[in-house]
Amino acid sequence: MYTSVEQLKADIEVFKKELASKFDGTDGKKYLQLCGGTGCLAANTMGIKEKFEELISKNNMEDKVECRVSGCFGLCSEGPFVRVFPEDVLYRLVKVEDCEEIFEKDVMGGELVDRLVYHDPDGKAVPCMKEQPFYKKQKRIALHGCNEIISTDYREALAVGGYQGFLNALEMKREDVVQAVLDSRLRGCGGGGFPTGLKWKFAFGSESDQKYVVCNGDEGDPGAFMDRSVLEDNPMAVIEGMMIAGYAIGADQGYFYIRAEYPRAVEHVNSMIATMEEKGLLGDNILGTGFSFHAHVRLGAGAFVCGEETALLNSIMGKRGMPRPRPPFPAVSGLWQEPTVLNNVETLATVPYILREGVEAFTQYGTEKSPGTKVFCLGGKVNNIGLVEIPMGTTLRELIFEIGGGIKDGKKFKAIQTCGPSGGCLTAEALYEGIDFDNMVRLGSMMGSGGAIVMDEDNCMVDVAKFYMGFICDESCGKCSPCRIGTKRILEILNRITSGQGTMHDFEELEEIASACKTNSLCALGQTAANPILSTIRHFKDEYVAHIEEKRCPAGVCADLVQYKIDPDKCKKCSKCSRVCPVEAIHGKPGKTPFEIDQSACIKCGSCLSSCPFDAISKE
Amino acid sequence: MGHLNSVAKERIEAICDSHANEKTPLIMILSDIQSEFGYVPLEAQEVVSAKTGISVAEIYGVVTFYSFFTLEPKGKHVIGCCLGTACFVLGAQKVIDQFSQLLGIKPGQTTEDGMFSIDELRCIGACAAAPAVMIDGKIYARVKPTDVAGIIAEIKAEGGAA
Repeated sequence: MYTSVEQLKADIEVFKKELASKFDGTDGKKYLQLCGGTGCLAANTMGIKEKFEELISKNNMEDKVECRVSGCFGLCSEGPFVRVFPEDVLYRLVKVEDCEEIFEKDVMGGELVDRLVYHDPDGKAVPCMKEQPFYKKQKRIALHGCNEIISTDYREALAVGGYQGFLNALEMKREDVVQAVLDSRLRGCGGGGFPTGLKWKFAFGSESDQKYVVCNGDEGDPGAFMDRSVLEDNPMAVIEGMMIAGYAIGADQGYFYIRAEYPRAVEHVNSMIATMEEKGLLGDNILGTGFSFHAHVRLGAGAFVCGEETALLNSIMGKRGMPRPRPPFPAVSGLWQEPTVLNNVETLATVPYILREGVEAFTQYGTEKSPGTKVFCLGGKVNNIGLVEIPMGTTLRELIFEIGGGIKDGKKFKAIQTCGPSGGCLTAEALYEGIDFDNMVRLGSMMGSGGAIVMDEDNCMVDVAKFYMGFICDESCGKCSPCRIGTKRILEILNRITSGQGTMHDFEELEEIASACKTNSLCALGQTAANPILSTIRHFKDEYVAHIEEKRCPAGVCADLVQYKIDPDKCKKCSKCSRVCPVEAIHGKPGKTPFEIDQSACIKCGSCLSSCPFDAISKE
Repeated sequence: MGHLNSVAKERIEAICDSHANEKTPLIMILSDIQSEFGYVPLEAQEVVSAKTGISVAEIYGVVTFYSFFTLEPKGKHVIGCCLGTACFVLGAQKVIDQFSQLLGIKPGQTTEDGMFSIDELRCIGACAAAPAVMIDGKIYARVKPTDVAGIIAEIKAEGGAA
């Protein structure tokens, strides 16, 4: 238990040396560091750990080699990873069967297992993580430390600079902390991009005996998981950000609101809170400074709208998670009607960096109006799927083609959807645009929480728009009618179009309802609900027209407008298609009669198409 | 739905007591009931109402608002099909349709024998494994419609009878 700042600072120096000695080899041991992100855990990281531990004990090398699991390495599509220190070699797509080879060749023999490391397009091995194209253009601020430390070990979190920002803040006047965040021009990373310092300033200026800080961890945007990653991999950073906010505005209570779907994030945050309380880093009279702060965790219960700040507050207060009109803003009247600052996980994880490294260190990255970095979850039809943190102003082309490694299977890039159901799609013409809050809005999308889904020529944009509208329709809380009724009507129109029942008049109606939703809805969920529709109409009107006038889905996705057919002349009667058909819709006699598809039974899953070795099956 | 037995009633009251120090504990109480019993039936809501003084109407409003709470018990194995955007653009809808077809239930429903439920999940963050299906905590990666029958058979073999 620490009772003074000096005592803690002395120990932090010790922890820093300890952690550094693991990575630079000065402690004389080798370290096998595994990625503990969700993607890798699903692909058997723990099986690999078990295997390495078995090999270590079999060779009596417990004092020479150690296997440990850290947070997410980011490049989910290439996991599981094994990173070997001190050499800093990164092995990708490792299977349990590969462990023995890595152990014998690399760990015992000091030799590179060439087939498991990244090779550049010229065929040269690039074993070091930082030199690989996926990592080169990234800058980790919010994700700082996530792929280095054992996430629930407070010593390692302190060793990578954790808590330092809070200690610095304690030496400043409260208003100076608010000013530093204002000067950093940090903007809310949850989607809105509202200046964080301004929120703090309002709450600072609100008179009250009791104020609160709330961390919005209700990450619901489908295709975004950066908040979960930060909460799981470096919970101390978020707690520290909350404490800095608390000190600045004069709050001694903080609430985490985390989705129930993220049990591991909840576990790690709870565990870190307990450890920090036990060590005197959180609680009453922290380190004898007179400042007290208590953190609590509340679980979301599965409602997308709770990402909206007033809905979230209602949910913490045990009510239906419905938004309410603002003003009053939460900074004046929030949790239990007291002044409350609400910040997203990524925002709070960025705050310690600003206080630790200084305002200039932060603003040297990014653009004038959007300084710093943004974390994106790159997904969909792109080669490198995963979590990336890039300086603002990085172009979409760099994100998709350099960091993302281009489109899967050499297909053509069609669009990238940012900000999930509230955003829009951006096409090839936007590729050279820099990514920042204002630019994204100007281009017809939004920065959003950072979901970035890449689509190729095989995706039907009407279908994608329908997908998002279905989502919003499900998640609309029902309080205000423009959103409740408007989204439903839009979805009905889209359903008509994708089933071949649309008319050209639908465009007018879509635009009319969309603008009603935008101007009249109570909260951002309804106000932005029509974005995916408007942006797909803007960029891909020809696809809508093909559905309406020609009753044809150009990408071949909309089931009602697609038929699979077997060309009897090309069919070799091998029966392969009928065997893979999950609904037994394909009939014929092997070796005797050509096979035929029963259109009434066909569910258009496309399995037969990929199974035919003779290209006899086509999609029309 | 039968009446709550006295053990269940006591348990629910104990859950309410454990959150007595909270200012607004309703959702925490309901979460605990959902995790322990697998659903929050009306009878349980009545017990919570009597204990906390919150009206049954308000509690019912909260239970039905959040998708995490259910009025009916879920199946022994919950097939969670991720419908995040990354999974969707890679064909998740066809995977769900195939589970529905083979099990004869729609998403949100439970099979008559109580073995399976299908849930449409919103992004489980396993985008590299898209389309992903999560069953009993295990993530099945890159699932194709043709894999579905095999997955169901595997769970039946592992899980035994309901």
